[in-house]
Amino acid sequence: MSAAPETETAVAAPSRPARRTIIVRHPLVIRITHWVNVLGLSVMLMSGLQIFNAHPALDWGNISTFEHPFLSMTAMMGADGKPVGVTTVFGHSFNTTGVLGLSTSEGRPTARGFPDWATIPSYQDLATGRVWHFFFAWVLVLNGLVYLFYALASRHVWRDLIPSGAQLRHIGRDILDHARFRFPKGEAAKHYNVLQKLAYLGVIFVVLPLIVLAGLCLSPQVGADYPWLVALFGGRQSARTIHFLCATALVLFVLVHVFMVLVSGVWNNLRSMITGRYVIEGEAHER
Amino acid sequence: MSADHNPARRRLLKGGTAAAALMLSGCDRLSETDWFRQMLASVEGLNLRIQRALGRGHELAAEYTAADLSPVFKVNGNDDAEDDAYQRTSENQFADWKLEVGGLVERPLQLSLADLRALPSRTQITRHDCVEGWSCIGKWTGARLAPILEQARLKPEARYIVFHCADTMPSWKGPQPYYESIDLDDAFHEQTILAYDMNDQPLPIAHGAPIRLRAERHLGYKQAKFVMKLEAVTSFKNIGDGNGSYWADQGYSWYAGI
Repeated sequence: MSAAPETETAVAAPSRPARRTIIVRHPLVIRITHWVNVLGLSVMLMSGLQIFNAHPALDWGNISTFEHPFLSMTAMMGADGKPVGVTTVFGHSFNTTGVLGLSTSEGRPTARGFPDWATIPSYQDLATGRVWHFFFAWVLVLNGLVYLFYALASRHVWRDLIPSGAQLRHIGRDILDHARFRFPKGEAAKHYNVLQKLAYLGVIFVVLPLIVLAGLCLSPQVGADYPWLVALFGGRQSARTIHFLCATALVLFVLVHVFMVLVSGVWNNLRSMITGRYVIEGEAHER
Repeated sequence: MSADHNPARRRLLKGGTAAAALMLSGCDRLSETDWFRQMLASVEGLNLRIQRALGRGHELAAEYTAADLSPVFKVNGNDDAEDDAYQRTSENQFADWKLEVGGLVERPLQLSLADLRALPSRTQITRHDCVEGWSCIGKWTGARLAPILEQARLKPEARYIVFHCADTMPSWKGPQPYYESIDLDDAFHEQTILAYDMNDQPLPIAHGAPIRLRAERHLGYKQAKFVMKLEAVTSFKNIGDGNGSYWADQGYSWYAGI
């Protein structure tokens, strides 16, 4: 990581090692809840796609418009007599054969929204997808409550997650640094950067609460208990759509998150989330 | 990024992919393992109790106006019942049809369609939420279940009302009679009706003529069609596979409020 640049300074001060300090980055509660989240969110996503496959279409409002949903995944007969998978978004159709609408499952081309490698169980089985989904919903809710209690009680939210005024003012510079894969070192590496903070806050306090509430609105009993909540989401089908969009947002977050872990020192990051220890590399020629 | 980190990263990605594949096949195997499935399904009772507790005091399903009605109400499940007796009475416009009310009651009843229409009724425009994910809004008129049960006088040990239907559904054991059951909380709920009209017309055969159950705080599969007989029971262990409904016997939760 700290390969000395081949410059005159490296020649001038060859024997001076990079300063290396080890800090405890993530406390135990955060580490445990993080990995429970990894398991829980994976199961929720994949069992959720199984449930979605029972009616692979999205609508807005209270009721379904079977003719013109704004998103649908279907299988139909192509011009050459072979089935094709078609995904339609706002009236625009795309051939998504092999992934969406039509994919190979148990050796046969099968009409299904998402492919078998993305669902739990892999084969079409709504009842089983539902039991997975509702069990792990509890796992995640309890895990989230433990996290939230800890994060509030230990002031983790204020200390580590809420960006400072200075950080917010320099957000432009941070975006540029990220785009060049230039990551903070030394003292600055001890804290989350502003983009990280905003992403975490958005997931914890916006997307996750929203996905839980929208999911609850799909329950007819909850709809009877809190009709105003369903109305707030614009109706049950809107709530289903928002539930799906929140899941999409979480997938995008995880993709970026994992990418950042990979490019900003994968072992150091992974170690810090398993044992807590994180190595801070000082700049070789500070001061 | 120095070159020496790339092989490690590649190993990690490869390992991750292999682990994901293993997890996938593992999930399929776990889905079919009895103890694991029972563990997953064990939250059903928790969901029922928590949802009922949270709903106490304001527990009517949302009702809509005629402007909200679905232009086409999707037909799902069976659109007719093949049973011979059902076919005969259906050809006869259900003139000779009788709803049997039996089991743990003091006074078993036989109610014709005319009898049902003469009983206290309720009309409601409600949203039908299918377990598959779609929703339709329909207008239902039917006899309220509570006065019927009061007339039949439930015995104190009655806990559930079972709805026996004329249609059959496929299963790995061969065709099974459709049946459903609700507890007394639902049975005496104000919106629980035996619907004989849909959208101001006699209930069409495709939607379960002559009557279908409307238990509005539940998913669509609870709304049994082609209802022939009500049976008050203490337990549904000896009916079908013992899970309380055809769909519960197929692995769906008996509690259909979620």
